[in-house]
Amino acid sequence: MTTFSPTLLAEAASRVPLAVIAVYLCLLLGMAMFASRLSRGTSSDYFVASHSIGPFMLLMSVFGTTMTAFALVGSTGKAFEKGVGTYGLMASSSGLIHAACFFLIGIKLWSFGKKYGYVTQIQYFRDRYQSTSLGYLLFPVLVLLVIPYLLIGVIGAGKTIEGVTKAKMTPKGEIPGMFPDLFASTAGGVPVWLTGLIICIVVLAYIFAGGSRAAAWANTFQTLVFMAMGVLAFYLISDRLGGVSEAIANANPAHLVRTVSEGANGKEIGIPPLTFLSYCFIPLSVGMFPHLFQHWLTAKSAKSFRLTVIAHPICIMIVWVPCVLIGLWASGLPSMDGTPPNAILGKMVAVLVKTPVIVGLVTAGILAAIMSSLDSQFLCLGTMFTNDIVLHGKKKGTYSDKKIVLIARLFIVAIVSLIYVLGVLLQKKSIFDLAIWSFSGFASLTPLVFAALYWKRANARGAFCCIIASMATWLILFANSGWGGEGAVLGGIMPAAICTVAGIIGMVVGSLTAPAPSEATIRKFFPDFR
Amino acid sequence: MKILIVILALVLFVLHQDFWNWDNSNIVLGFLPVGLAYHAGYSIAAACLWAAAVKFAWPTEIEAWADEASTEEEGS
Repeated sequence: MTTFSPTLLAEAASRVPLAVIAVYLCLLLGMAMFASRLSRGTSSDYFVASHSIGPFMLLMSVFGTTMTAFALVGSTGKAFEKGVGTYGLMASSSGLIHAACFFLIGIKLWSFGKKYGYVTQIQYFRDRYQSTSLGYLLFPVLVLLVIPYLLIGVIGAGKTIEGVTKAKMTPKGEIPGMFPDLFASTAGGVPVWLTGLIICIVVLAYIFAGGSRAAAWANTFQTLVFMAMGVLAFYLISDRLGGVSEAIANANPAHLVRTVSEGANGKEIGIPPLTFLSYCFIPLSVGMFPHLFQHWLTAKSAKSFRLTVIAHPICIMIVWVPCVLIGLWASGLPSMDGTPPNAILGKMVAVLVKTPVIVGLVTAGILAAIMSSLDSQFLCLGTMFTNDIVLHGKKKGTYSDKKIVLIARLFIVAIVSLIYVLGVLLQKKSIFDLAIWSFSGFASLTPLVFAALYWKRANARGAFCCIIASMATWLILFANSGWGGEGAVLGGIMPAAICTVAGIIGMVVGSLTAPAPSEATIRKFFPDFR
Repeated sequence: MKILIVILALVLFVLHQDFWNWDNSNIVLGFLPVGLAYHAGYSIAAACLWAAAVKFAWPTEIEAWADEASTEEEGS
């Protein structure tokens, strides 16, 4: 069984970790300022970095964007809750399906974006399906689905810092919180509202400074930081537990298999086979993430995608295997009993990593993963609002480049304020489950993009039916889950599977009951590439 | 070659459902539960598959098409 050194008690209450995090945030802002100096000052540079991003930065920004609080905080918590099956649920299937989406959807969308000057998904869909009103339906749907995704960032950051800074019980007694007097209601820990506020301000500052280009630079830096810190945390935690072999030997045996069993607290451990199978629909979501679409458009050439397609599964493995193992190790530690899943990673780092500087670095790595997703999502929402709602239908030159960027920034501030308030109010929601709901909604819209690219017969009515059918199904199931709880239905089928099937049916039935697209549309979007 | 890549992708998709590991709690390499080791290996297999796809089935014609006289039509 694990033992704790007496020196840990005094060191864990040190505020040095927060100082390290503050230095990291300042470095990040400095890098964004540097990136902003490379900006060409145009709205195209702000939104899609003038299509200038090369293979390595594309890999880092795409990977950093898809790996968020869900990947670090969520996967560790889910492995602590459900066991070893967590990796197969999302990580290995994503290695196959994400890369397939980059290959089959990303490259084609990049080519249309480059050829016809699209900046957002909605511009493409409006043109492809020859319908202006489609954009007005799709915009609120995409914003609605991005909201839970943004929420997990704010909640994940808040819960991690709270877990690191609050008082903790150990076999040797209580470790005091960092601010016992100032934040007595959170056992001396920095509350979620304060961390959320700081994270939102930092991310806003660097995307305002340099837009898409700053986001790509910051993402590259942050992805390298969180991967390195993840490996460091893994090594240090395993070392404190007596090595990787002893750590896994002490894990709860029920967590080492996928067979469903009941835990000591009455909660279910393991994964039902039908749930495991239907989870495969969820990674399809990357095909419809609006922020990923924008990242794709930043690519200098289609060749830039090659490294992303190949290395993405390996990068996922590097991040997820240590996180799942840390969750499994935590399942055997009495000091972790009763800890909320969202707080497991923060608590493991705070209790087991001895040096405050290292605690700070590892925590900064977790924040890096979270911020590298938030920035792209914030930027993308501003881009969509400006281009798809404000500028749509207006003549070129109605607004100056400066004014366009200002409008995007104002919308971003409004959305971030909303997300911040929701994040503080809904901080007890499971990060993993909220993310799954967001991903399920996006996955259910995949027929919209797939049909647009590969089915000549797909038309506007099909697109409307697809969106309405998938979103109506999603809303019903989301409400039935208690607005973000575990949502498996009918013996374990994930909502993503049901909603995607609804979307496919809507697309096929709608398209076949309306005339085919015009010849001009087909020529434009199904060219002879040779 | 493209067909082979598609077949391999389908095979890999089926192999994701490793029902034979469901209640196997063996530890491999001294620290990895077999259910995790299998799926970590699966991630590597997926990377190999996509490396083959990039090598043998890369759509070079799409890039050439996008590069020729880009923005011939503006998005709405």
